[in-house]
Amino acid sequence: MSIGARSLALARARVGRPAHAPSAAVLALVGLVALACAVVVAVAAGSVAVAPGDTVGILLRAIGLPIDRSWSPAAETIVLELRLPRVLTAIMVGGGLAVAGAAFQGLLRNPLADPYVLGTASGAALGAAVAVLIPFRAVFLDLGLLHLLSFAGALASVAVVYRLGRGGGLFAPLTGLLLTGYAVGSLLAAGLAMTMFLAGSNLRQIFAFLLGGLEGASWLRLAFAAPLIAGGSLAIVARARVLNGLLLGEEAAAHLGVDVRRERAVLLALASLVTAAAVAVAGLVGFIGLVAPHLVRLVVGPDARRVLPLAAILGAFLLVLADLGARLLGEIPVGVVTAVVGAPFFLALLRGTRSAYEL
Amino acid sequence: MTPPIAELAGVTVAYRERPVLRGVDLAIAPGERVALVGPNGAGKSTLLRVLAGLVVPLEGRVTLGGDPVASLGRAAIARRLAAVPGQAALPFATRVEEVVALGRLPHEDPFRGPRPADRAAVDAAIERVGIGPLRGRDARELSLGERQLVLIALAVAQAAPLLILDEPTVHLDLRHQVAVMELLADLNRRDGVAVLAVLHDLPLAAHFFPRLVLLDGGRVVADGPPARVLAPERIRATFGVDPAIFAGPAAFAGPSALHGAPPELTAGTGGR
Repeated sequence: MSIGARSLALARARVGRPAHAPSAAVLALVGLVALACAVVVAVAAGSVAVAPGDTVGILLRAIGLPIDRSWSPAAETIVLELRLPRVLTAIMVGGGLAVAGAAFQGLLRNPLADPYVLGTASGAALGAAVAVLIPFRAVFLDLGLLHLLSFAGALASVAVVYRLGRGGGLFAPLTGLLLTGYAVGSLLAAGLAMTMFLAGSNLRQIFAFLLGGLEGASWLRLAFAAPLIAGGSLAIVARARVLNGLLLGEEAAAHLGVDVRRERAVLLALASLVTAAAVAVAGLVGFIGLVAPHLVRLVVGPDARRVLPLAAILGAFLLVLADLGARLLGEIPVGVVTAVVGAPFFLALLRGTRSAYEL
Repeated sequence: MTPPIAELAGVTVAYRERPVLRGVDLAIAPGERVALVGPNGAGKSTLLRVLAGLVVPLEGRVTLGGDPVASLGRAAIARRLAAVPGQAALPFATRVEEVVALGRLPHEDPFRGPRPADRAAVDAAIERVGIGPLRGRDARELSLGERQLVLIALAVAQAAPLLILDEPTVHLDLRHQVAVMELLADLNRRDGVAVLAVLHDLPLAAHFFPRLVLLDGGRVVADGPPARVLAPERIRATFGVDPAIFAGPAAFAGPSALHGAPPELTAGTGGR
């Protein structure tokens, strides 16, 4: 014990993040205010600009506040029927992907993990591509066959990866899961490539899905996705302590009172459900689910009780802005925006953070 | 005799077809300090995992604090038995104090998170283990020896009456080995925590533990004070080496062989 005095005297008080970071509650408040501002801007801006004052008025009136109408009915329709559902979908998708990403990173104990790591992306992509080839139209809650099959494909591929990969075989369970995800993903990618080869003139539709986009957002689609994403995310947040326990490994988590086998299955299912719902309404929006949790951890540390809610707010904020950018640039795919803006920013951040991401 | 804090009775474990423990009987009294020694593959780590309810035995009875482990939930086990985690790579930058705070997981309210009592327990554990100067540092940047102390502090914060460790001195230099052993002995003597540690270093085990349990081929072949358990002929029979090779019989004869230990170390404070 006297080791403390001698060998630790040299210890410098050095941390990889601000020594006196603001509390999580303050950060959450700041984040929510920023998100609210982003919502107003995103709802106001577009091919038809609505004055910010009018936008706030329309929004407040929509939630029941007694405000006199000083704007045109057209502005109100644009805001409430077109832009608001789109912005709310961006909030749901961005927040959900960030929570799912944080959950996958914690579960797999791997900073490279994102919501798509266990096959959700390839399953969803193949489902969407197959839907494009099927000459049959089905619509449910404003969702076409493409969305429904991508949702089903994402869930089915995770289920397959989990069934095949949890034993691990040659490898530790987590490595087995990751490698199985990779193998199944490769197989599905081959299927996707073949489908695209056969798609002919429908290729563009598949690409639109692969690159992500919120232009098809509507209240009905939101009604499908929001309960799944919000419910799943809340259930994940309620299990934050499980993710904390896993920081030191599965055996350590078990010794700390976590029923690892059950909780891992539950968390994987929840994170996959959230991801699948997000992908069904927005396509494959990359990067948010990887970056938002890391950005939050750099400020508040790895405690999932803080990381999950803050990542949700940040992910929502980022996707609202990215979607606004995509819209203002003439409806380019939002996945392109998140990657083009996110990747260099993330790289700069990594280089600035000494040794924080060794593997 | 006080009822045991942990007990295995007739415990048999097999992985696939291969038996790992065969009819093991072992009782740990409250406040006792026991080292589990034996060759690789003797079943030492498995015994710890059986005690913690992570491995379910084919036969036999396992109790913690008088209750069958099988009847306890994971959190209840974690409040009765704290395991010092093996050295694992942390996936994210994590402060030392955040690592130690993980020890409060089985005590925290699942929804309200840590209470002042939890924070106080973390502070006390950091103080107790003497790692105050490290608390703000990234645990991944520490030396192995420092990290071992941090992991012990985590288990101390868990505040269970029984501490189990699997080779806590492996890969550590001599000074850190002794520091870890002294810390365990001190936690045991002053705080009354029972300690059960798997050790490969026989001289270290003999010096710091009043009771040794020797496992070989899944059976307990000797159980008692170091001088008796590590008799030269038993060393030869169990490990297949000349006992003179690693320490010489003097190491087991008394405390003077290592570095003049305080006399109470061999007095069997927590003895049976």
